[in-house]
Amino acid sequence: MSLFILVWNYLRARPLNTAINVVLLSLGIAVITILLLFNGQLEEKITKNSRGIDLVVGAKGSPLQLILCNIFHIDFPTGNISLREAEKISRNRLIKKAIPLALGDSYRSYRIVGTTRAYADLYKSELATGDWWNTGLEVVIGANVQRMTNLKPGDQFASAHGLSDGGHSHNDHLYIVTGILERNNTVLDNLILTSVESIWEMHDETDGETGIVEHQEHQEHDSSFVASRLVPSVAAGDSTKELTSILIQYRSPLGAVQLPRFINSQSSLQAASPAFETARLFSILGVGADILMGFGYILIVISGLSIFIALYNSLKERRYDMAIMRSMGASRTKLFVAILMEGGLLTLLGSVTGLLMGHGVLAILPAFLEETQKAGITGLVFYSKEWIILAGSLLLGLCCALIPAIQAYRTDISRVLAGN
Amino acid sequence: MVTVSDLSYSYSAATAIRFPDFSVGKGEHFLLLGESGSGKTTLLHLMGGLIRNYSGSVRVDGTELSGLSETGLDRFRGQKIGFVFQRNHLIGALTVEKNLMLAPFLAGLTIDGKRVEEVLSGLGLEDKRHSKVTELSQGQAQRVAIARALINKPAILFADEPTSALDDKNCNRVIQLLLDAAGEHGSTLIVATHDLRLKEKIKNQIQLV
Repeated sequence: MSLFILVWNYLRARPLNTAINVVLLSLGIAVITILLLFNGQLEEKITKNSRGIDLVVGAKGSPLQLILCNIFHIDFPTGNISLREAEKISRNRLIKKAIPLALGDSYRSYRIVGTTRAYADLYKSELATGDWWNTGLEVVIGANVQRMTNLKPGDQFASAHGLSDGGHSHNDHLYIVTGILERNNTVLDNLILTSVESIWEMHDETDGETGIVEHQEHQEHDSSFVASRLVPSVAAGDSTKELTSILIQYRSPLGAVQLPRFINSQSSLQAASPAFETARLFSILGVGADILMGFGYILIVISGLSIFIALYNSLKERRYDMAIMRSMGASRTKLFVAILMEGGLLTLLGSVTGLLMGHGVLAILPAFLEETQKAGITGLVFYSKEWIILAGSLLLGLCCALIPAIQAYRTDISRVLAGN
Repeated sequence: MVTVSDLSYSYSAATAIRFPDFSVGKGEHFLLLGESGSGKTTLLHLMGGLIRNYSGSVRVDGTELSGLSETGLDRFRGQKIGFVFQRNHLIGALTVEKNLMLAPFLAGLTIDGKRVEEVLSGLGLEDKRHSKVTELSQGQAQRVAIARALINKPAILFADEPTSALDDKNCNRVIQLLLDAAGEHGSTLIVATHDLRLKEKIKNQIQLV
């Protein structure tokens, strides 16, 4: 026999009441847990994916779209920019690193990104098997792409024009897989990487397969050939080639002050800051999250009220029990603690159930929603804030039980036992 | 064992009640008789340490009850006194066994599983050990209540109208149980009642008017 067994038996004696209170609280806690886990993982992903990229320069349009397309690879490109113009900007002395991106094709809805090795280095990506791409339609695929498509090094595939399934497919040219990237939980897991030249070749269908090779040979023989900073196989100042965007890393903080303004006003290009745009995105999405969060808190407050009412009412029925226990030698403090324990135990049960539900939902979600799987959301992550939820709900239980406990403390034994 | 002298208690500023002086020796059995409203229950509560703010003197086992603190009184009750009430007041949420184990737990004594068994079999309830108290008949419930009062082997047993709701057969049985149990441990037994059937069972009487 212990106080805990006594309290536990009281809870079990009213199964419906206990269940309702636990379920009510656990729903509120689950909503908050889901938001906490989802937001936390999303923010981690976003900072991880945009780390090292200070500025994205692309065609004019929505700056948010520019960021979504070129960093997170979820939106469509704003348009193309000419290589010559991109190169002019990349020569700016405030820029430490400029990485070209050429988008437009996909394979089974996984994007093919024409870029340089610097892009993979940005995410400290390593090869799991195979080799990096060289020229000529060689690609390296991300870990998720490999898992979903089962491509192996040496396999060939035809890409589709556009970024979603069902585009016109480039059947004349086939890409060949040379390597597979190690999973590193960044956007690279969902990408197919190749050289910029491969993308051009794929779209340069009139030129035929040998177009670029001829081009190169021609250029290498030319003594006055100056290689482009962005795509070294092409001459600097080439006026025909196009890119989707360039990713820029500043040399000094001064870049953040001068470059965006310079680019946006001096050229036909647009510069967007990932940090600024993602913050803006979060403030837009935040409204929805705040409403859900508020809903969660309302559920918790209601369950608190419900626990208070349940304890208050059951205490009325238990006045005799209380008096009897006092007559058997229980001190007032013991009964006070017992009631507090009852409230605390109820909310503890509710919050543990809620936390499990929250993690459960996020663990199951990727099985139904491919997007959450791509984003790498899991239910098996634990944040220290969950301890705060646990402690907070325990506190809620104690608060709800306080008034009933004080009543128990004040029970006039003789009067209750005498029946008036 | 119990000495009452010059005792009075006021329910409110206007109504007060005075009790006669009497003394009950160790191991003696007494009947506390009186009409409804004559203060039997109040006197029982005073002697049992459920009420503290009286004037006069109530000494139980050599201790003046008003001299004890609230917590001290709780401990005193748990260790020295057993109560049997008219309505049996078992804890509905607990099984028969847990109801019995509650008494030593709340009194701060060690819980002995053997003692539970012994008390239950003494009252013919061994097969009810794991039953819910809500499944018991009224007679059985009353016996469990007596078992709970006895489990700590109290020096004094107070019974408040233990038989008034029972028929003759159960009445005899319950009073016999109380007498036997009190006799077994040499406990002092004080029964407050207006049930005249008990007069022939217990000869010592205190009459309230």
